[in-house]
Amino acid sequence: MEKKAFLSGFIGRRWQEYTALDGRGKAMWWRDFFIRNAIYIIIIVLVIYVQHFSIVNNFANRFISFGSMIDIINRSSASLFLALGVGGIIVLTGTDLSAGRVMGLAACVAASLLQNPVDIFPAKMFPNLTAPPIILVMLFVMVIGGIFGLFNGYFVAKFKLHPFIVTLSTMIIVNGIVLWYVGLNGGSPIAGLMPEYGQFVRGTVTIAGTPVPFFVFYAIIATAIMWFIWNKTTLGKNMYAVGANAEAANVSGISVKMTTILIFMIGGILYGFSGFVEAARIGSNSATTGFMSELDAIAACVIGGVSFTGGVGKIRGIVTGVILLQIIAVALQWLGVSSDVRLIITGGIILAAVSLDMQKYLAKK
Amino acid sequence: MDKILLEIKNVSKSFPGVKALDGVSVNLRAGTIHSLMGENGAGKSTLMKCLFGIYHEDSGEFFLEGKKVRFSNPKQALERGISMVHQELNQVHTRSVMENIWLGRFPLGITGVDHKKMYRDTKAIFDDLNISIDPKSIISTLSVSQRQMVEIAKAVSFSSKIIVFDEPTSSLSNVEVEHLFRIIYDLRDRGCAIVYISHRMNEILQISDEVTVLRDGKLVATTPATELTTDKIITQMVGRELSNVYPPKNNIPSKVILKVEELTALYQNLRDVSFELRSGEILGVAGLVGAGRTEMLETIFGLATRKSGKIIKNGRAIRNKNSRQAKRNGFAILTEERRTTGIFGVLNIRENTTIANIKNYLVKKIYLSNRKMSADTKWSIDKFRVKTHSQSAKINTLSGGNQQKVIIGRWVLTNPDIYLFDEPTRGIDVGAKYEIYQLMLDLAGDGKAIIMVSSELPELLGVCDRILVMSNGYLSGTVDAKNTSQEEIMLLAAKHV
Repeated sequence: MEKKAFLSGFIGRRWQEYTALDGRGKAMWWRDFFIRNAIYIIIIVLVIYVQHFSIVNNFANRFISFGSMIDIINRSSASLFLALGVGGIIVLTGTDLSAGRVMGLAACVAASLLQNPVDIFPAKMFPNLTAPPIILVMLFVMVIGGIFGLFNGYFVAKFKLHPFIVTLSTMIIVNGIVLWYVGLNGGSPIAGLMPEYGQFVRGTVTIAGTPVPFFVFYAIIATAIMWFIWNKTTLGKNMYAVGANAEAANVSGISVKMTTILIFMIGGILYGFSGFVEAARIGSNSATTGFMSELDAIAACVIGGVSFTGGVGKIRGIVTGVILLQIIAVALQWLGVSSDVRLIITGGIILAAVSLDMQKYLAKK
Repeated sequence: MDKILLEIKNVSKSFPGVKALDGVSVNLRAGTIHSLMGENGAGKSTLMKCLFGIYHEDSGEFFLEGKKVRFSNPKQALERGISMVHQELNQVHTRSVMENIWLGRFPLGITGVDHKKMYRDTKAIFDDLNISIDPKSIISTLSVSQRQMVEIAKAVSFSSKIIVFDEPTSSLSNVEVEHLFRIIYDLRDRGCAIVYISHRMNEILQISDEVTVLRDGKLVATTPATELTTDKIITQMVGRELSNVYPPKNNIPSKVILKVEELTALYQNLRDVSFELRSGEILGVAGLVGAGRTEMLETIFGLATRKSGKIIKNGRAIRNKNSRQAKRNGFAILTEERRTTGIFGVLNIRENTTIANIKNYLVKKIYLSNRKMSADTKWSIDKFRVKTHSQSAKINTLSGGNQQKVIIGRWVLTNPDIYLFDEPTRGIDVGAKYEIYQLMLDLAGDGKAIIMVSSELPELLGVCDRILVMSNGYLSGTVDAKNTSQEEIMLLAAKHV
């Protein structure tokens, strides 16, 4: 009750402020409004357009429907882990180009360890291996990811190198490792995974008549953990401080090195987990698993307002960014746009959205 | 003398919630130095930004030599002969002096940029102004004062008729200030109109022909400098009589808390510095720029590497190898460059306040308590009278004085017993300075020990108990603040130069 009164009071005050403006002021208000909400407006326009398209062309389903929502949520969940990992590194004014490759390595390793022993075809990578417990494999690939994160973080922190350079090198190195590893399998995809592994990731719970896969819940858990780290731990506060002003952070008695290394490590662990999920989700893994997916993750963070200038960004923003990117992808699919044109349009939308969004951070003069 | 070069007429500018300028009119005459004064936020910078087209005024007009002008960017103003020497120098650090001066208008020859002409032209301007800098040297290798000279030469190269100086002396030593003034006088004698913005009263009275004081966006008065005194300017600025520039001293130095023995820095110019610091004492550090004052504080705090020497606190030798150890050992530091090493610009006041003390807000060593952080921030805001509407306001939106108070609050929360203050009142207006002095005296009154580096001698004499004087990396003497003079200190400061 009290809250309601507060809310109407708030809106009432805004309305009074608005009506008090003159013509020029009102124009400015609308301009500000559009700039502040540019991303959402673009998405709403797109959604309405696709909905209209699906009605006009008499599709079996409408675009705005429970089914496509679940589809978008599923796809978002799968790409969320990477974005959550890269996000913190961007807050530190860095970037991580190795994310996709580390994820690919984790996927191939997880898949190779958890191939179905009863399958005769396809060829198993380790025919004599008794599959270890799934949880153990999960932890193992997370450790692999963490080690590469540590590696990145160490070089960035210790030698004061720009993360772009360090992670570019790591990306090339890990790419080599992935190719070598897949080569052990004679170059054929690592497939035929244990059903238990598939079940662990893709198994579903039915909610309101729609099956929701387990990995959606993992994404929710990962988001909650990351929110906690960012907002409720000293590491999170130190991360923002280092990103906002590393020198001032050092003066304030924060270990810039330790903070950098830990944030990179957390990123790496998430890439590892992402690979674990991805391997089971797509079923058949090769050297191209996760290839270039760091770019989607970075794009999602940037769309979500994580600033490359450092110190600014929220978990909420990253989640929004990931979902928006998936809405764009699904909407373009519905429109029947071919995959090459889809890339061109997606790039354009990201650029437009971020340029408009950036306006709200620029100092008004 | 009486020819009006620039007429600023009834300029007003509003920002959401604030009227930054309210019908301000100022006339600048050729061949005069016109000082612009006012507390931070009084509207000096806003007025200049409107002139240069960085902001657009809501109403009002500018007349340059009788003709109405309206610039939409600083470049246009520059082309019409109005230039500005900024407080924060906007230079391309990695390029040479001459390239910085001719940036955007390089002289072109047949084979591209004509470096020889550029060198000759730069040299000519430097010779004309008595500046001895090699036009080919890289900006980043120059001192702040040299860089300022470059900026002035640039203004001259545009044959500017109006040159605005924004706090040009805030990081210069006295010798350098004298040189700067000679150049300014020279420019004045050539018929330029100089706008001089500064917080330093003595300078203003020394060099101005006219002084315009702004307060809360309004014009208070434009007065010939000959009719003014420091007290009169302060009265105009704050609108009330400030009976004392310095609060009464009520701290009593007691037992020795810190002993520094033959402290020498590894990479920086600091050699064999020894002194003692007492609880409840404010120990000043004077010296020219480059004398090693900042280096001394940074070496004590572990921000600069120590080569040899001892730091003994309460009879126990301590290492202070980095800022974390120093913090644990009960030290706090307020750095000289607030923007680069003090504030976290994009973070809010709460985050800026609690960051150094963050571990103390952990509940069960696991998660941070927002309630505790807000409570401490509120305490700091109230205690140090930070002017803000909310803890969630970004620190960037505060004035320099308030930012400084937030940083002091940050350190007070860590409960140290030794404070190292490096130029704590730089770029801060008179009212806020007084508050900072009071705050330091209160800390000393509570038995805390303070080392205060400052380039303003009157401030050191007014606030400190003893003053260390440094010269070229050495400690050249220690004087008692009550029985010394500026002359004695300057003499010591020049001892090893």
